[in-house]
Amino acid sequence: MSEEFKIEIVNPEKSFLVKEDVLEVVVPAYEGEMGILKDHISIISFLKPGIIKILSKSGDENYYVEDGIVEFKNNNLSILTSSIFNIADMDKSKQQDLLKQAEEESGKEEISDQSKYLIDQKIEALKTLN
Amino acid sequence: MASLDDLKKRIASVKSTQKITKAMKMVAAAKLRKAQESAEKGRPYSEKMNNVILNLSSGISDKENAPKLLSGTGNNNVHLCVVMTSDRGLCGGFNSNIIKKAKSYFSKILSEGKELKIITVGSKGNDQLKRMYGDKIIDNISFKESKNANYFDADKVGKIVIDKFESSEFDICTIFYNQFKNVITQIPQAQQIIPLNSEDSEENISEESYEFEPDEDEILSNLLPKNISTQIFKAMLENSASEQGSRMSAMDNATRNAGEMVDKLTIQYNRSRQAAITKELIEIISGAESL
Repeated sequence: MSEEFKIEIVNPEKSFLVKEDVLEVVVPAYEGEMGILKDHISIISFLKPGIIKILSKSGDENYYVEDGIVEFKNNNLSILTSSIFNIADMDKSKQQDLLKQAEEESGKEEISDQSKYLIDQKIEALKTLN
Repeated sequence: MASLDDLKKRIASVKSTQKITKAMKMVAAAKLRKAQESAEKGRPYSEKMNNVILNLSSGISDKENAPKLLSGTGNNNVHLCVVMTSDRGLCGGFNSNIIKKAKSYFSKILSEGKELKIITVGSKGNDQLKRMYGDKIIDNISFKESKNANYFDADKVGKIVIDKFESSEFDICTIFYNQFKNVITQIPQAQQIIPLNSEDSEENISEESYEFEPDEDEILSNLLPKNISTQIFKAMLENSASEQGSRMSAMDNATRNAGEMVDKLTIQYNRSRQAAITKELIEIISGAESL
């Protein structure tokens, strides 16, 4: 029996990635990292900033996301996100820019606890990339 | 009758206008292809988003405590209308169709004695509406600098709308835009985005139950603001495809009309030239006869 399932990542502009031969996906869900294998129970969750790891037969890929929603149903994993970057294509200056932006935002005083939490996550994720 | 010289000048001027409209048509055609492509590419996102929300809202047992963005404030006294138009003119009936649709909606609301607030997106809509509804317009957003519709701009509009909703400035929000059907047909649409209208979704909701992490309420309250931006983005994409399509057909018509006009003027020019020659001949002949 095959252990593969399908992943589809879409952003508002286009369908970002479609893969049929995925073995495992690790997503940075809101309440902690979550690994998804075939025949996972149907689930909806949303993402905090972090790294999506896709393990597939044709090679592993890593993506950096800032937000999004995951939906898993009938061995179809859909990820909706408004900002996603392939880490392989991301250069250092882009990472630094994002990091700087996030740090500036976290320095502001009037933000809510929740957005503070998200920004801290973002900074952490970006730091691990460097 | 106009003199030969005047006719010549008019023909030249119509011809150069024709050149401009032809060039605009070409540009619009090229842009249309791009806009259409991105509208099609953007569709999966908004469809998926819609599905997830439908699945979620069907899973919510406690309708009373559902987020306000989904269930509404319970009143419908203040209506917010987001009218999305283009920043540029010369695109046929594109803007006036949206405005017409919006105006009929406005007068309906006002005749029911309800309060009306308007946000215009795009400068053309603002220009047309401020004469009649100037005091109702609370905000005007224009994206002249951005070349193509992008999600970032849509998100900005979405945030404004949500901010206003949270400070309870309105109860119901409707967006107006042109839906792109094909190059010749664009359908002006009025879509209610707050509270979410689940009646017009004909897709059947799956029976399957989902696991939620965190719980439904929290996901929904995160998802609904995003959905607003997504819907606005969808409207922007449809609008930009419609704008280019409408401009293309308008410019095509203009080019054809200019061609007809050139033909007509040329005939007139030739006639008056011939008339002048005949007149001269008659003068010479009658002059010679009288000798």
